Formats: sequence, C-alpha cells, structure tokens
Amino acid sequence: MSVLPYLVAVWIFLVGAHGLATSRNLIHAVGCLAVCQSGTYVLLLAVGYREGATAPVYADLEPGSRPVVDPVVQALALTDVVVGATVTALLLALVMQIAKRHGTVDPDELSELRG
Amino acid sequence: MNRRVRLLMVLAGGAGLAALLVAACLDMPGFGGDRHPYGDRAVHESLARRTANTIASVNFDQRAFDTLGEMTILFGAVLGTVVLLRQTRDERRAAPRPEDVAPPVRRYALAVLPVAVLTGLYVIAHGQLSPGGGFQGGVVAATALHLLYLGADYRALERIRPVGLYEVGDALAASAYLVLGLAGVLAGTAFLANTLLPYGTFNTLTSGGTVPLLNAAIGMEVACAVVVLLARFLDQAVEIEEESGT
Repeated sequence: MSVLPYLVAVWIFLVGAHGLATSRNLIHAVGCLAVCQSGTYVLLLAVGYREGATAPVYADLEPGSRPVVDPVVQALALTDVVVGATVTALLLALVMQIAKRHGTVDPDELSELRG
Repeated sequence: MNRRVRLLMVLAGGAGLAALLVAACLDMPGFGGDRHPYGDRAVHESLARRTANTIASVNFDQRAFDTLGEMTILFGAVLGTVVLLRQTRDERRAAPRPEDVAPPVRRYALAVLPVAVLTGLYVIAHGQLSPGGGFQGGVVAATALHLLYLGADYRALERIRPVGLYEVGDALAASAYLVLGLAGVLAGTAFLANTLLPYGTFNTLTSGGTVPLLNAAIGMEVACAVVVLLARFLDQAVEIEEESGT
C-alpha cells in the first residue's frame, strides 16, 4: 500500500499532539513535542524515497549506476533534527525555571498569575 | 474548562485534523515513486562541484544560506539556555563531591573516550565524502567528552572542559561561517556562493570548494554548543543548590 508511510507520519504526529494536549507534566509535554516532530522526519524521508534506491553518497558509488533517494528532503530532515534538539534543550531549560519558581511542573496548576 | 470538556475538544479537533491530513496523504505522489525533480537536480549540481556526499552539498553549497539560519537557531537556543540556567541570587554553587565509579565502568569509559572523540572528528572531516558531517560529528565529539563524567566524576570533566573556552569557540565558529560567506561577496560573487575555491579532485578530503570549510565551521559550532548546553544542565544537577531556608 503506497500511502502507508505517509499515514504512519500522520499517526505519529497526532499521537504527539494528543499527548501534548492531555499532558499533566511539562517534561512529558516536551517529550510529546519531540514525538510530533518525529512525525515530520518520517514524512520527509517517505517523500524522498524511491523504489530500489540507495543513499545519495557517491564516495563508493559510480554516479548514474543506481538510482538514489532524494537528497533534498534528507538535508531537510537533518535540519529538522538539529532544530528539534535545540528547541527541546531550550524548553527543558524553561521547565527547570518553572519548576524552581512555581514548585510544580503540572501545566494545570500554572494557571494563576503571580506577581 | 475541566479536563473532560478539554479532552472532548481535543478529540474533535484532532479528528478534523486527522481527516484533512489523511485526505492530503491520499493525494500525494505515491510512496517510492520515480519522480524527484529537485533531487535529480541536486545530485547533478553536487557532482558538477565534485562533492561526493550530495547531502553535504545541499546543506553547505546549494542551501548554505538556510544552514546559516539553522546555525543561528542553534546559537540562539544555546544563548537562551545559558541565560535561563544561570545561577540566581538565591542559589549557591557547591563543589561537586568525588564519586566512586565501578571499576569496569571506569575502564570502559576511559578506553572508549579517545575512540569516540576521534570518531566524532573523523565524521566531521569526512562530511563532504561519506554520510555524516559537521552536525552529526559535532554531537559525537561533544558527547564523547562526557564519558569522562561517567568514567570518573564531575571534577575530572570540569578540568578538561573550561566552559568559557567552548563559549568562545561557539561564537568563533559561528563567525567563521559568516566570514566564509562574506569572502564570497568580497571576491565579487555572492554571499555563501561556492565559487571561491577550486573544486579539487572528486572524492578527496579537499574536494567541493568551500563545502569542507563550512562543514568544519559547523562541526566546531555544534561541538561547542552541545558542550555548553550539557554543561549548563549538569551544573544545575550537580553544582547549583538552593540556599537553605529560602
């Protein structure tokens, strides 16, 4: 079935989004965001796949001898991974500050303003 | 709004989003198809500029300007983490205590450490030839240093990891990327255009024009950034304590 990989990406994204919306713990929410982002990796790599193709690296491959998968989406997936990792780090730092200032990491308990 | 109502709203919205995404998927070009116009052109350009790893060519030649943006995001995230995880007024810094490590763990970590650092540097250096590159190799090299934390203790790690130097290295590598881009402008071409250096012999370390240089700059930037990031988180876990009585 040729749309299955796309549907897997959609499923991973929706599972992550559900986790984000129902999360009771901010660290868990950051993890859910990373799950959402993994959906985009699967989508990008699925878009670039070509039947019977190999990696677009010509160090030990005669150019033109075999089909290669789409290198553009692979580069995009790399960008995606890097941005995902840095955003996760920044969000975890924010969670640490929230835990220190408010004494909780449950988003439901963070509703009131504090001055 | 209570949790039940919110869950119902999430489910309703999620169902709508799922329906739209599935409809989009059914309309996409089939998985594994043979039509990749951008991919084919990227491969052609990469071979024309004698870069064996097409992904490195896409990242550091064809989309070098986007990689500048990506590097800026990384730099900004590190800056944000450094600001967020600084030592505040009501905290003090306690010297980390020496810790006992099981001898097999110590032996393994110390034996693997040089191999892992070398692997990271190898992956950075061969970024334009084989799978890998500055981003991947930088992370390997930076995390390899932290084997010392597992194998010895935090004080040993701090001795080989002066965070200030790595912060300077991070900034230097980021500027090196910019300077390499500006060198193209000064030479009369365009910002980050790969027309400055000869393309060299295909499949050698020096092939690909400015690709190996930009790749090395990114490798240094990522390695320094990861070291600084991990240092800030480890400081919070190991060194920084809340003042008692606050």
